[in-house]
This record gives sequence, structure tokens and C-alpha cells, in this order.
Amino acid sequence: MKGPFTDSRQDGQRGGTGTARFVAVKAAEAAASIVLVIVLGFFLFRLLPGDPIAFMARDRPTDPGQIAELRDRLGLDKPILAQFGNYFLGLFQGDFGESYLERRPVLDMIGERLWPTVLLVGSATVLAVAIGLWLGIRAAWRRDSLFDRAQTGIALTLWSVPQFWLGLLLLVATGGLFPSRGMHSPDAAPGFLPQTLDVLHHLILPCLTLLAVFYAQYMLVMRSSLLGEMNADYLVTARAKGLREDLVRRRHAVPNALLPTVTLVFMQFGMVVSGAVTVEAVFSWPGLGQLTYDALHGPDLPVLQGVFVVLAGAVVLMNLLAELLYRVLDPRVRTG
Amino acid sequence: MGYVRRVCTIAAVGTLGVLPTAGIAAAQQHAQQPAPEPAQPKVLRVALTTGIDHLNPFTASLAASTQVGRFIYEFLTIPSAEKAAAAPALAESWRISPDKLTWTFKIRQGAKWSDGQPITAKDPAFTFNRMLTDETARTANGNYVANFASVTAPDDATLVIRTKTVQATMDLLDVPIVPEHIWAPIKDLTAPETDTVPVVGVDDGPYRLTEYKQNEYLKFAANKGYWRGAPKVDELQLLVFKDVESAVNALKQGEVDVLNRLTPTQFDALKDRPDIATNQAPGRRYNEITLNFGVQNAQNQPIGNGNPVLKDIRLRQAIAQTIDPKTVVDKVMGGYGQLGGGVIPPIYQAYHWDPPPDQARGFDLAKANAALDAAGYRKGGDGLRTEPGGARLELRLTGHANRGFDQRVAQYVSGWLHDIGISVKQELVSDEELNDRTNAGNYDLAISGYATNPDPDYALSLHTCAARPNAQGKGGTTDTFFCDPQYDQLYAQQLAETDPAARAGYVKRAQARLSSQAVNVVLDYDNALEAYRSDRFSSFGKQPQPDGPILEQTGYWGVYGAVPAVARSGDSAANTGLWIVLGVVAAVALFGSGYTLGRRRAIPMDDRE
Repeated sequence: MKGPFTDSRQDGQRGGTGTARFVAVKAAEAAASIVLVIVLGFFLFRLLPGDPIAFMARDRPTDPGQIAELRDRLGLDKPILAQFGNYFLGLFQGDFGESYLERRPVLDMIGERLWPTVLLVGSATVLAVAIGLWLGIRAAWRRDSLFDRAQTGIALTLWSVPQFWLGLLLLVATGGLFPSRGMHSPDAAPGFLPQTLDVLHHLILPCLTLLAVFYAQYMLVMRSSLLGEMNADYLVTARAKGLREDLVRRRHAVPNALLPTVTLVFMQFGMVVSGAVTVEAVFSWPGLGQLTYDALHGPDLPVLQGVFVVLAGAVVLMNLLAELLYRVLDPRVRTG
Repeated sequence: MGYVRRVCTIAAVGTLGVLPTAGIAAAQQHAQQPAPEPAQPKVLRVALTTGIDHLNPFTASLAASTQVGRFIYEFLTIPSAEKAAAAPALAESWRISPDKLTWTFKIRQGAKWSDGQPITAKDPAFTFNRMLTDETARTANGNYVANFASVTAPDDATLVIRTKTVQATMDLLDVPIVPEHIWAPIKDLTAPETDTVPVVGVDDGPYRLTEYKQNEYLKFAANKGYWRGAPKVDELQLLVFKDVESAVNALKQGEVDVLNRLTPTQFDALKDRPDIATNQAPGRRYNEITLNFGVQNAQNQPIGNGNPVLKDIRLRQAIAQTIDPKTVVDKVMGGYGQLGGGVIPPIYQAYHWDPPPDQARGFDLAKANAALDAAGYRKGGDGLRTEPGGARLELRLTGHANRGFDQRVAQYVSGWLHDIGISVKQELVSDEELNDRTNAGNYDLAISGYATNPDPDYALSLHTCAARPNAQGKGGTTDTFFCDPQYDQLYAQQLAETDPAARAGYVKRAQARLSSQAVNVVLDYDNALEAYRSDRFSSFGKQPQPDGPILEQTGYWGVYGAVPAVARSGDSAANTGLWIVLGVVAAVALFGSGYTLGRRRAIPMDDRE
């Protein structure tokens, strides 16, 4: 005998279990992806040409004894499967190996570079999301207007401009108003406030460069997403209720159009650490991008592997969060 | 649901909030820049375009890191400013025993480490003994002590080193001497603390390390008690630049005072500026084309897939005669290089070898053609020759795809070889791929090159039998795969010869022997292209004098000899620009907040949620 109350309680229970299972399945998928990334990362980088020891000994007097010692110390004598086994087990103990070039733990090197990159790319992304969404909404609402065409044109142009070129252009154009390198000035006064201001001063140009390139995709996605909602019936209803155009846009159209953008934003956040290789090189910003750039020249395999695992891990994690968040934000996904 | 607008407003206000603070920071920095008053410290800012791996002098291997070691540590002896020849430093003098196996150094007395402890012979003894007993301590300079039998300090002023065999490099051991009282308690030389100021900052060179921000900059203070006399600048800063173009821009804008490793284009662009002086100096790197003469590994087994036709020395010599170093210097290097001879560049004059007129091949296509005709390489109707076996004479030429020098040299060489009937297939590849190919002997002709040291041993050792890789393709650092008993004997003789003139004789004969076998053609020696702010510095110490480089040297003479210019221009122009920026930022901030507030007010009350 089933009553309406029983049904709803069962639905509720089923819903709860469903969410838990959904989270568990997604987390397991993410974990599997990360393991795959580790395996791929190890063997993929082994395909790169170049002998790390020859790289380390380049342009330096090195006798065969030293070279043999190095090879032994870095474990390059062992069969590749044994090397992989050591690497894989090491990862679980937080040991990402030792850099060929600097001969320091890779995890330390990544740790040092993570914060500058998160600061640079993170702040550029936050600003790019804000500005991109705002401009995208305006452009869509006034589609085919001069504003829309101009904004779309500017966004497409900036999106296709090479980042390093834009960075160099900004460096020259600002004529020394902002520092051209690094994150700290050796002349900055000690103390929290002067040091913070010094970092902000250094942050402006690289952040502006990234912002100019980043905001375009948010703007264009938001614009097209909102255009898709423009002729929906609920907007006609809202207008029929006598709401001002401004409020129709803000309270009805935008929240619905925002959903696909949320996924994009989260997926892009996963890329936060990887998106700045060239900009970091132009502005000598001491982040992960620069570390990757240097490591590629070797190739410094342990560093490349480490960065690869961290970056891919971040993307996997952010995708997982995006999927979970989407489920929370959009009831249709839950019920479907 | 106005959250989008709120987010945007917060972000916009946040951005506008950040910009003025940055402006303040800019103002602060400009305010802190040294003004013309004599009381202000004189700062020398050097752009560092290569990386730093370690400060720890036992493990620091990269060029910039070893340079830091030179600034802060005294060596037993150093290459002199005048000729880059062995000169006194920590050791005032030295003598060699009659059997040439015992070296006795007299250590300078009265000098102190930066923490006030006296410097004695026990410090160099500790440094070398640590290298003999600790594998990590041999990381950077292990080759210098490989032949040491013992190192002792019988008293505070005497250091005695015994070698197993005669070692000619003993008067220029490129090893920074560290204080025993700081380093002896450190058991693990890979520990991160060995890269910190408290450890490395106890030093005795012309500059003292005071601050190190990894991957960003290093700061040094002038050592006022330095035995040669205090440097004329008060503070030295090495600023890390990952991009030479950004560094050039920083030089133009006065953010740095001196930089090197310029490309000819950048160098030319800086030449006409009144506030910048340029320095074109002989460099210590040679560029070459190596010929695969049928290379073998250390076990004398043939390796690689080189065209066997190059085993014919007549063909190799004809090819060498077809390559014109003058065109390479003039057209490819834009004149910023010196004509090639032996593998020791002319900057090290005592050891440099140029072929005497009777041995010089000269660039002569007609002679090369005639020699190939005589050797039986017949020319077909298409102007291309065939090998004696009947196959078309075609060679592969490999080089760096990303290097303009290689691209242009490949074009010229292909043209020249075509003129003597040899078809060339260009294979320009990535650095790693090129490394792999040349290590494995998988090339016919390869564009290569090495940087050399004041001591000729390293450049010569690259062509000895022992430098060839083992059967696994590993173990050696050979340049040409050359293996010739006559060359090896000359190499051994120069290494065992302690009389400079006699040693130079062997070094030159070794180069002549290498050249005669046409296993490589030295194209040119790159010039070191540097530039500095002449409005801030009137001169720098050059090595060798008078025309050597400022930064690309094996010593500290460049920065030690920096002389600040008398007057400096003010920063008024930059400050005007700063005020304009601050004004624009303030106007945008006012407008932005006014607009936002205005919009909020414009929404009628009953529309608000």
C-alpha cells in the first residue's frame, strides 16, 4: 500500500543515495584519470629524444667516471619498468624524484613556483571571468549593435594575438612605468605593506597581458549562451509582467545562460597553472610556466613529469568539481 | 538575483583598487632609485639571462652559478685580467717540485672571511679534501681533483698538493675555496641550507652575498676589506631575465645597467643610443662542421649510419676547402665573429693556432673540384658526382632547427658543396634530436660548437680517444669522435708539461694534427656582444685587456672593475609618466564608482528585490 508520503520519502532516499553514488563514481573516474596521467606522463616523456646525462655534461669538463656516477645516482642504468616502479611508488610518498638540472627534489621546485603562478593566472582569470561575462551579457543583449560588433571584434583579435608578443608590446608601450621582470624588486623596502605593493607593482603587466587574452573566451561563450536564451518564452512572460528590460536580463535571462559558463570557468581554473608559459617567460615571472619552459630545454624529465602530473591533476580535480557543482546549480541535471 | 552585477562590480572595484596601490609602489620604487647625491649607494644591476641551479659552490654547475662563486669566493689563483693567465689570488705564490708532482702554495695572510674568522691554508685543504672524500662535493669541479694524491696544510700559510701524475692545470684550479668552519659541520652537501645566505654569505671575494631570491635576483654588497681594494660600486644586483628581448628593453629603460648574450640584430639596434655603450669582444666559443669519418665508440667498434664515403680523407679535405669561414663571419654573423682556425679561440692567444700559410687550405672551389676529379669522383651530366662504387654522392647535413646560425650556414654549405658536385640533404632538427644523432654517429655533416676555457685542456680533451662514448652510446663527451694516436700523444704531452711555452707548443701541434685530418672545419669564433648604460657607468674591467668581454669572462674583473659615471640623469621623465598613469587611474576609479552608484539609484524601488 503506497501513499503519497511514502512515495516522497522513498524518492528522497533514492535521491540521497543517487548523489552519493554519483559523487563516488565521479571521484573514482577522476582517480583513474590521474593514474592514467602518471603512467602516460612517465612513458611519454621517455619518448623525447635527448640523453639527460649528455645534457648535464654539455659544455663542461666531465670525465667518464663522473658521468657513470651521475647515471647510477639518477637510476638511469635500471630497466625502464624498474624506473617506472620506483617513480610510481615514490609518488605515493610525495617523492616526485630529483631534477636532473638542479639536483633538488622536484616537489620542492614545484612548491616554490606554484604560488606565483596561482597569483598571476588566478588573478587574471578572476578578472577575465568578471569582465568577460559582463561584456558578453551586454554584447548579447544589444546584438548586432555597434557595441556588440566592436566588442566581438576586439575579443576575437585579442584572443588570437600571441601572448608573448602582447606582453613585449605592453612592456615597450608602458616605457618603464612597471617593472619588466620578476615578482620582487631588490630595492623594495622590508615590511609586509611595501613588499605586497611591490608584488602588485610587478603583477600588473603580466596580469594585464593574460587578462587581455583570457577574457575573450568568457565573453564569447557568455554572449552565445545568452543569445540562445533570448527568444525563450519565459522572457516574454517576464516582459509581459511589466518588468524593465534591465531586470528581465539580470534576473531571468542571465542566470539561465550562466549555467554552461560555470563549467567553462571551472575547467579553465584547472588550467590556471599551465596557461602562462610564454607570459611568464617574457616577464621572468618565477612560476610553473617558467619552470616548464626551462625543463623542456633539457629535457629535465623528472621536472616535466612532476609538472605534468600536477597540472593534469588540477584539471581532473576541477572537472570533477565542475560536474558536482553543475549538479547542484541545475536541478534538471539532478532529476534527469 | 543581481549577483552577476555584484560580482562584476566587486571585481571592477577590486581592480581599480589594485591599480593605485601599484602606482604607489611605482612611486616608491622611483623614489628609492639612487639620486645623484654622492651619499646614495652606487648600485650595479646586471641582467642575468641564464639560470642559477645552486649557490653551493660544490654543486653549482651552470655558467651563471659559477659566476656567482667567482664574485663571492677567492680561488687559489685566478685567470688574470690582462691575459687570462694564472695570477695570484688566495695563493700569493706557488712552486713545483723537480718531479713536477708536488705543488706548494703560499697562502695570503691577514685576510678574513666575512664573519671575521681568519683565512688560513686549512680552508683550501678542507675544500679539496672534502672533494676527495665526498662524491657530492665533486659534482661541479671534480675533474680538477681526480688526479690528486693528497692535500695538506702543514701550517697556516702553506698548502701542499701532491698529484698522482703531472697535471698542467694545477696553476688554474677552477675551484672556489670555502671556509672550513662553516662547511665542515654540514654533513649533507645536497641539503637546502647550502644554498642559503647564512652559509654561502660567509665568503671572501670582492662581493659578499646578502640576499638571494631564487629565480628572481641576487644582491651583493661590496667587500670593503677586500685585499685587492674595495669595488667602486656599493651594491651588485643580478636580476634574472628569462627573455633577452625583455632584458634589452629593461636596459633601454634603465632598469638594468649591463647585459650580454645579445644577438647581432639587438646589438646593432643598441649601437646608436647616446646613453648606451656596446662592447664587441672576442668570445670563447667555436662553431664548426664535423664530418662523420666513420666514427667508432670507445671500444673501436663502428657506430652510426654515416655515409662511408667520408672515410676518404681526400673527399673530407675537398669539403673543408669548399667551406668559406669568411662568408660565415661576414654574412651569417654580420661581422660579429672571428675567422676559424684551431679549436682554441684567439681570445686565448697563447694557445690559439691558425694554419700557417703553407698549410692553409683556403677557400678554393676549383682546387677542390680538381682534387675530387683526381680522386675518381666522376661528375655526371647534372653536375653531380658519383662515388667510385657508382652511387650518387649525397650527404646529409644536420643542425639545430631553431638556430638562425645553423639555418643560414646550412644554406651556404649546401650551395658550396653543390658547386663541387656534392648533393646535400639538409636535416635541421630539435636540440635533443641533434644531440641524439651526433652522440650515436647518425650524421654525415653536423653543425656543432663548444665553449672553451682559459686552460686548453678541456677543448683538446673533446677530441681524444677517451672522450668517445662506450658501446651503449654513453660515458664520454666527444665532439668529433676523433681518435688518433698522434693527437692523443700530443694531448698527453701538453697535460704533463708545466712549462707554459713548451705546453703551448704541444697544444698548437695537437690542433694542427686535428685540422690536418679534416674531421671538422672550425667556421668561426662568436663575438661576445654586450651593452651597458654609459650614462651610469664609465667603464668595466675587461678580460683579456684591452678588448675582452665584460661579463662573458672567467673571473670577476668585469663587475669588480665597474666605474660609476660621475653624473646621472634624473628620473623626472619617468615620474611625469607615473603621474599621468595615476591620474588616469584615479579618473577611471571615480567614473566607475559614480557610474555604478548611478545605475543602482536609477532602478525604481519597487523593482528592487
